[in-house]
Amino acid sequence: MKVDWIALGTVFAVSIAVVLGLVLLFSVGLRGVSAREAARENGGTGVGGTVTAGLGFAACAAVVLFGIYLIVAA
Amino acid sequence: MDASLLVVIVVITALAFDFTNGFHDTANAMATSIATGALRPRTAVALSAVLNLVGAFLSVEVAKTISGGLVDDTKITPAIVFGGLIGAIMWNLVTWYVGLPSSSSHALFGGLIGATWVSSGADAVHFAKVVDKVLVPAIAAPLVAGVVALLATVLTYRLTRSTRASVADKGFKVGQVASAALMSLAHGTNDAQKTMGIITLTLITAGTLPAGAGPPVWVILSAGVAIALGTYLGGWRITQTLGKGLTTIEAPQGFAAQTSAATVIMASSHLGFALSTTHVASGGIMGSGLGRQRDGVRWNVAGRMAMAWLFTLPAAGVVGALAGLLAGRGTVGVVLVAVIGVVVAVVIWILSRREPVRPEHVVDEIAAQSETHKLDVAA
Repeated sequence: MKVDWIALGTVFAVSIAVVLGLVLLFSVGLRGVSAREAARENGGTGVGGTVTAGLGFAACAAVVLFGIYLIVAA
Repeated sequence: MDASLLVVIVVITALAFDFTNGFHDTANAMATSIATGALRPRTAVALSAVLNLVGAFLSVEVAKTISGGLVDDTKITPAIVFGGLIGAIMWNLVTWYVGLPSSSSHALFGGLIGATWVSSGADAVHFAKVVDKVLVPAIAAPLVAGVVALLATVLTYRLTRSTRASVADKGFKVGQVASAALMSLAHGTNDAQKTMGIITLTLITAGTLPAGAGPPVWVILSAGVAIALGTYLGGWRITQTLGKGLTTIEAPQGFAAQTSAATVIMASSHLGFALSTTHVASGGIMGSGLGRQRDGVRWNVAGRMAMAWLFTLPAAGVVGALAGLLAGRGTVGVVLVAVIGVVVAVVIWILSRREPVRPEHVVDEIAAQSETHKLDVAA
């Protein structure tokens, strides 16, 4: 009776890294949107916030697509 | 009975099982989005159905786990597989009627193992593989999903504390739809595979495919379509339990819970672990409930679910064993098993028609709940 602990450990490690990374990037995106709205209300352009939001959400999408690519490619 | 006719019957039965699986498990992917009002129920299930179909094509690792190794394919016949399937379907229908999110996957494994065991002896079941690919992941995966969802929820709330409430509210609803989509995709990579595995196993035992073969394209396509149809047409009953009974869900929580569950399932599918998407989704929802507040889980509901989980494998095993014994007796046995299965299905369908749960009812209860969440955000 052998249990593949390495495979189970991989699932755990990969899941934690991917999920926390996604949450982090998504939160960065939301903060960007929030900063942009705040800047616009104060008469600014909010470019910084827009860029932050764009980068955050794009990175999220990239992580997801890369994950799916890894599954399909195998 | 003619062997090829029996194979056709098993294939149809397996697709019927796949349909009930989609019927049962719509909730996993869409419960949290429906509960927070991010998606309307009809839209949610349609989206989920399409993505399930796509997911079915992404990976066939889990199908290979089932067709190549859980049981000894030289020692069983299509009739035994048929018995196991009927056992699984009956268990699924009963738990669906009662509203318990038990695992379709474990019902299937239980049925298959039970039928094989009584018909061909204990050594026809590869217990080492069952432990490695099914039992250990069955316990580990929900825990992993729970822990990951807990951390993700804590992190989500901490990072977005200074974000404007309006932005966070809207943003997380969008994020939740995205994570629900991922969850449906993940579901296709694991659950649709189980039917493919069973059909492939049947074709191998009938000699149509060589031992160790992967599922042919028509099997992948038909299994994907069956689960997508089931997803589209069913699941309101369980959506109520998961979306509302277990823990109260806010959009950021739903986002964290689903992203966690989807990631755990996809990573596991990739490695051929045949786990229960129901259990993983429930683990994720509970973890995110704990992450938001310490008393965020209704432990008595959770306890009842855990009991149903424990019972699923042996209970479906017993039903599968009886059906397998009967079906192994020849044509009369197979016909008898089929008739009993149909009768049970019809009775449960009639019973469920008496007090139908419709999407509209679910919407009403959830709408009331999302009002309180809006108040929470404002305060």
